[in-house]
Amino acid sequence: MTTSWPWLTVLVFLPLAGALVLYLAKETGARLITLVVTVADLLISIPLWWWFDPSSSHMQFVETAAWISSPKIQYKLGLDGISLPLILMTTALMPLCVLISWRSIETGVRNFMAMLLIMEGAMIGVFAALDFVLFYVFWEAMLIPMYLLIGMWGGPNRLYAAVKFFLYTLAGSVLLLVAILVLYFQGGHTFDIQELAQGTYSHTMQMWVFLAFFAAFAVKVPMFPFHTWLPDAHVEAPTAGSVILASVLLKMGTYGFLRFSLPMLPEASQAFTPLMVVLSIVAIVYGAYMALAQTDLKKLIAYSSVSHMGFVTLGLFMFNIQGIEGAVMQMVNHGITTGGLFLCVGVIYERTHSRQIADNVGLTKPMPRFATCLVIFALSSLGLPGTNSFVGEFMVLAGTFLMNKPAAALASLGIILAAAYMLWMVQRVAFGVPSQALLPKLQDLTPREMAILAPLVVLVFLIGLFPNPLLTRMHASVGKVIARTAPPAPAPATATQQPEPLIQPVEREASALVIMPHPEKREPSSFTGVTLDTAEVRAP
Amino acid sequence: MTFFSPGDLFLILPELLVIAAACVVLILDPVMPSNLKDGLAWLSLGTLAVCMGLIASQMGYPASAFGGVVAIDAYACFWKLLLCFVAGLTVLLSYSYLKEERLYFGEYYAFVLLALCGMMVMVSATELLAIYLGTELMSLSLYVMAGLKRSEPRSLEASAKYFVLGAFSSGILLYGISLLYGATGSTRLPAIADAVAGRSLDDPLLLFATILLAVGFAFKLAVVPFHMWTPDVYQGAPTSVTAFMAVASKAASFGAFLRVFAEGLGGLKTDWSTIFLVLCVATLVLGNVVALVQTNVKRMLAYSSIAHAGYALIGVVATGRLGGSADSAHGIASVLLYLALYTFMTFGAFAIVAMLRKGSIEGEEIEDFTGLARRQPVAALLMLVFMVSLAGIPPTAGFIGKFYVFMSAVEADMTWLAVLALIFAAVSAYYYLRLVLVMYMREPDAITADSPRLVLSPTLSIVLACAIAGVVIFGIYPDPLIQLAAQATLPLK
Repeated sequence: MTTSWPWLTVLVFLPLAGALVLYLAKETGARLITLVVTVADLLISIPLWWWFDPSSSHMQFVETAAWISSPKIQYKLGLDGISLPLILMTTALMPLCVLISWRSIETGVRNFMAMLLIMEGAMIGVFAALDFVLFYVFWEAMLIPMYLLIGMWGGPNRLYAAVKFFLYTLAGSVLLLVAILVLYFQGGHTFDIQELAQGTYSHTMQMWVFLAFFAAFAVKVPMFPFHTWLPDAHVEAPTAGSVILASVLLKMGTYGFLRFSLPMLPEASQAFTPLMVVLSIVAIVYGAYMALAQTDLKKLIAYSSVSHMGFVTLGLFMFNIQGIEGAVMQMVNHGITTGGLFLCVGVIYERTHSRQIADNVGLTKPMPRFATCLVIFALSSLGLPGTNSFVGEFMVLAGTFLMNKPAAALASLGIILAAAYMLWMVQRVAFGVPSQALLPKLQDLTPREMAILAPLVVLVFLIGLFPNPLLTRMHASVGKVIARTAPPAPAPATATQQPEPLIQPVEREASALVIMPHPEKREPSSFTGVTLDTAEVRAP
Repeated sequence: MTFFSPGDLFLILPELLVIAAACVVLILDPVMPSNLKDGLAWLSLGTLAVCMGLIASQMGYPASAFGGVVAIDAYACFWKLLLCFVAGLTVLLSYSYLKEERLYFGEYYAFVLLALCGMMVMVSATELLAIYLGTELMSLSLYVMAGLKRSEPRSLEASAKYFVLGAFSSGILLYGISLLYGATGSTRLPAIADAVAGRSLDDPLLLFATILLAVGFAFKLAVVPFHMWTPDVYQGAPTSVTAFMAVASKAASFGAFLRVFAEGLGGLKTDWSTIFLVLCVATLVLGNVVALVQTNVKRMLAYSSIAHAGYALIGVVATGRLGGSADSAHGIASVLLYLALYTFMTFGAFAIVAMLRKGSIEGEEIEDFTGLARRQPVAALLMLVFMVSLAGIPPTAGFIGKFYVFMSAVEADMTWLAVLALIFAAVSAYYYLRLVLVMYMREPDAITADSPRLVLSPTLSIVLACAIAGVVIFGIYPDPLIQLAAQATLPLK
């Protein structure tokens, strides 16, 4: 669907304009202005969900403008079923980030809020950019605000964490620039992402470019062994910074694999699959194992992120519909769940000024509402059926099982370990006897904090119980990637059969609630095993 | 062929105006009452503004003067515009700086103008001796300017060092010119181009001539291993002079250097590109690595300017590798673009360093920037943007510059060079970001009268506004400058 109004440009530049407005207004109004801007951005992004035509695999809401004439670099934005959920997740999380910082950020409020807004604009830009140079500009433009967020408002060891974050991600992404330039000269002198994704490149070149992409994206994801910046950055960053890092920034790495590596370099992607699978599984198991050993809440969640992102990369390199759709689901879900967990930690930290598990025991009695939220997010994180993460992880495992049974078996270990570290954490933090000294500090959630956590709790169940609207919007786009990556014949065909009965119960409920703009257009495509029966359920 | 016609004087009117203004400043300075001496700065500025207008009007009308010794083409106009602009910024910055340092010499502005005239000759001359004369006029003025802080031994040392090494390098350059004359029978670039066509560096005379010319220019460009003078001179010289040297003298040297090598020795492109490849890699590695350990901002920026010459050289090497193909102009265009963008960020950074005071002396240690963000948020933000731009992170001008030189490297099938340069760009981010870290993330000690602060003045504000506008506007919308650079390379064939 095309609209005449450039919605995506508005989405990207509204926060940036908001950042400018902050400096014209009084410092005391900074929080409110930022909240208004982020909520406005959210409200603008929500209608895209319905305006988006799920039956089309084309980019939608495309905007093109000339930017640089020689070489031709365009200002080109657009959405497909992969970027749409990620953008919505970003716009949904930003108001929460503003709210959680409402009290905890006391110095330099204006600068802090400006950084959040610049981050928001750049993040949406990354997901919406359809020109490779434009993508790179947004991708890199995020580094400085994040560096300042960690370095200026972070914890005691913030300088180390900020520099480490910056250098790691910069070093990874410099190679991306070379890869973009090489693609330009090999791919018919264009930076247009869609055109590049249709080119054919020599095998050797694909391998090199894949490695360059890998350097950039694997650091961002972060894949084992490039993950060491993550625990430091997460722990030292202010809560809003941790949420942005975990929920959005990490997704940019996997988004990069899905948007660039797979469709542009199909041969190399196939060739590197064993490596990617091994690294993913190591990340899943190692991340979970490390999480078990943590005594710091934020560090525990950080390592759990490494583990959960391992599922995403695993799913992506299965080249089948379950794997990739599961991966995209997992990206969104991890954003919601981990975002929720970091927000919970932020809430406790405001009260006890400690993130150590040992300092925060027995919160159920004094803070029942808080404990409820924490338990919900923790259960979601370990993939309890009925919550959002179950859908994504299950689909990834189903997809992996079809392609590589040992890998699926090993990856399942991650879920078991997740249950172990999450439940153990919940057991200590939620249950147990709180120390008397702390009790006066432990007030339950304020209305502001309820407003922060409640939307995420709703999303946890909404996606957990009704994943279909999200999946339908991905089918066409993911199908396009798969058609490009996998040889056309057997793999997708077998894929359609297997998971159908397992997901069905979810489907039946889903169809009742979903608002579908074009139900007649939603033809089940050949490999959309997951939605096959929706239409008939609707019929009676 | 006539060597002179009255019309030629009209063509070099900008140069004549600059010289005339320099003379007027020299004459008026001793006789003017001291309360009117500010007028000399305004006189210089006015002249520069008129010159820029004249040069811009010459842009579309290529001509040659003095029987082909001087070319008034788009290439020359591009550099001249840039140089006049930098000289204007220098005058504005010096106006505040000299007052703050209580360092007033009327000759100062005259030397800026004389150096500028030399630079303008360098970039428009198409004859080796004229280029040499321009180089000497520029260098002699700069030697004096470097030593202007007469009470400070460091400044005198800088001047002496600069003079000795500069004279040495001029000698080498001259020797190269004479050998080239021996090999080709001419000092005019078009004639040299005809003479070297079809020849290669197997000819020992040509080989030595090329190497000596390369070394002579490498000294002026401060390229490793001929960079030794740079850190000491940049650190010792008054900061306004350092800014002028780091930007204008480098730009002019690149202007002359590219014309000599691309136009005069264009036939030997593939041969000489190897020489510059070695220099380029050495410069990138050494400049960036040594900058890592500096604690003095001026020294750090000196090494950074060395490193940036290395990035610009990538474009030169790419031009050589692309040989006679139509794309080889991309390499030169990327160098022009790089230096134009480099001007804004480097000058801006030096302007801030110049005006940072600690008590009554210059605060030039990195530590002196501690907590600047808290006390002077705008100044810190400007410095942040300049540093980010120098590190080449979008959306700033520095990224655009790097993007184009790397693009020319990849185009010339030297992807490995782009990879290497980018890795060192990431290294450079560390030392640029260290300044940001000190400004933003360290708490200042108790604020006393001796705490460092930026002395703001109207002229400094103009300088900073120009610099930041260039960095931000060309970072977001570089198209006009890209077109201009592409147009400017056309006369070089």
